[in-house]
Amino acid sequence: MTGSRLALFWRSRLLGVALIAVILAAWEGASATGMVSSLSFPRVSLILVTCWELLRSGELLGELVPSLLRMFAGYFIGAALGVLIGVLMGSLRTVYYLLEPISEVLRPIPSPAYIPIVILFLGIDDEMKIFMIAFASFFPVLLNTYSGVRAVDPVQVQTARTFGVKGRKLLWQIVLPSASPYIFTGMRISLAVALIVMVISEMVAASNGIGYFILAAQRGFKIREMYAGVFTLAVVGYTLNRLFLFIENRLLAWHYGHTQQQRN
Amino acid sequence: MSASPSYLCARAVRKAYAAPGGATVALAGIDIDIARGSFVSIIGPSGCGKSTLLQIIAGLVPPSGGEVLFNGRRIGEPQPPVIYVFQQYQRSLFPWKTVRDNVAYGLENRGTVPAAEIRERTRELIGLVKLNGFESHYPWQLSGGMQQRVAIARALVCRPDVLLMDEPFSSVDALTRAGLQELVLKLWREFGFTVVFVTHDVDEAVYLSTRVVAMSRAPARVAADVAIDLPHPRDQIATRESARYLEYRHRLLAQLFAEEGLDATLRAAA
Repeated sequence: MTGSRLALFWRSRLLGVALIAVILAAWEGASATGMVSSLSFPRVSLILVTCWELLRSGELLGELVPSLLRMFAGYFIGAALGVLIGVLMGSLRTVYYLLEPISEVLRPIPSPAYIPIVILFLGIDDEMKIFMIAFASFFPVLLNTYSGVRAVDPVQVQTARTFGVKGRKLLWQIVLPSASPYIFTGMRISLAVALIVMVISEMVAASNGIGYFILAAQRGFKIREMYAGVFTLAVVGYTLNRLFLFIENRLLAWHYGHTQQQRN
Repeated sequence: MSASPSYLCARAVRKAYAAPGGATVALAGIDIDIARGSFVSIIGPSGCGKSTLLQIIAGLVPPSGGEVLFNGRRIGEPQPPVIYVFQQYQRSLFPWKTVRDNVAYGLENRGTVPAAEIRERTRELIGLVKLNGFESHYPWQLSGGMQQRVAIARALVCRPDVLLMDEPFSSVDALTRAGLQELVLKLWREFGFTVVFVTHDVDEAVYLSTRVVAMSRAPARVAADVAIDLPHPRDQIATRESARYLEYRHRLLAQLFAEEGLDATLRAAA
């Protein structure tokens, strides 16, 4: 490598990828040489082989699909309600003063703490998990939506009003597009939250799903399978976030251009 | 009350704001009759409530007293034939819409104009404000002067009877400003709409208008009402050098300085 290429490398994204490679290689070496217990830390290469085998046998997908279905069901219900109630709280002062305190009381409680309560009412099946995921996804979207609606520039609202636009039309044409950068931020946070709550609720009570799979593997001393499950979640989480950012960048290209220009 | 039906008029318009220790009166009672097709500028010291008056005329802000009549009907909310052009064009244009969609916005919300006509009129107006080739740009990709032209096109595409303009050229450079002044004058002559134009710039007011109304400091009243008898079309150089233009300018500046309490200071300095 020439000097200038090396200089480039130290300033590129490859740097972080290289760090991951180094960590995995160290893990592989430590496990192969017996520096760490290969029982708790099996070699990375063997974990990847297990991943491949689980993928080929269809077992991994068999666990992942029900998990993702629950997650998306809960996520979309939670996000939709978050936008709906967030818009009401953002545009009507009475609704804001009515609901803001209760949302501030409920929001800081870590969602897993609700699981035992929800099990009492909904049992341990999908309803409980979807409810939990929806509940946890709801708050970030709610908070960001009403902040976004309250931040809508009054000049834009007045402009629309001079063209005779009011009521529901005003909401669709001005308020929602204007608040959409906030709403997307809330939805991105909620996506990560939904993944977490999905895994936890499956670990507490389930007979399938990736969370159940990881815990069951650990309890059955199938440590490689356990790691394979965790690796799968890393890939799923990364892919979901990338996908989300891709969509967000498309839909909000105007927003990034606009804020960039205002900074200049 | 006068018997002759006037086109657009403010009758004893008052505006007071609640403030700690009592109400602040911004407008103490404004009476203005605006003739159809005229170009009326409203000038006054900063903070005198000229923009508030314009927003009341637009139906955006309710007056605390008095009323605004348009064709004899009381204005309570924004009227389709009356379009408002905001001072802050950067905030008034919708950043998620292209130039074309921003211009078409008002027409699309009429709900009565067929799509083909919307397209045609949008194209025509974009041409008139010389933004051909920028239809698919977003407002934030344009210069300040171009953005204000988008806002003007968006207002005129609705073929308004009255155009209310709130210091529309206050944040562009002098050359761009002269260009925008010519554009508005040209469109005004061509389309024959009525303009109510708020500005803090006496030169701009005299140059553009057929009549200039000067307001006093808050609580504001009409302090001077001057018909501007200068020939049209006006010329950025010749008009501004004519004796009559300078006379109007002198009179209104003196009025404004007196309102600001500047006349004594200036005389003392001389």
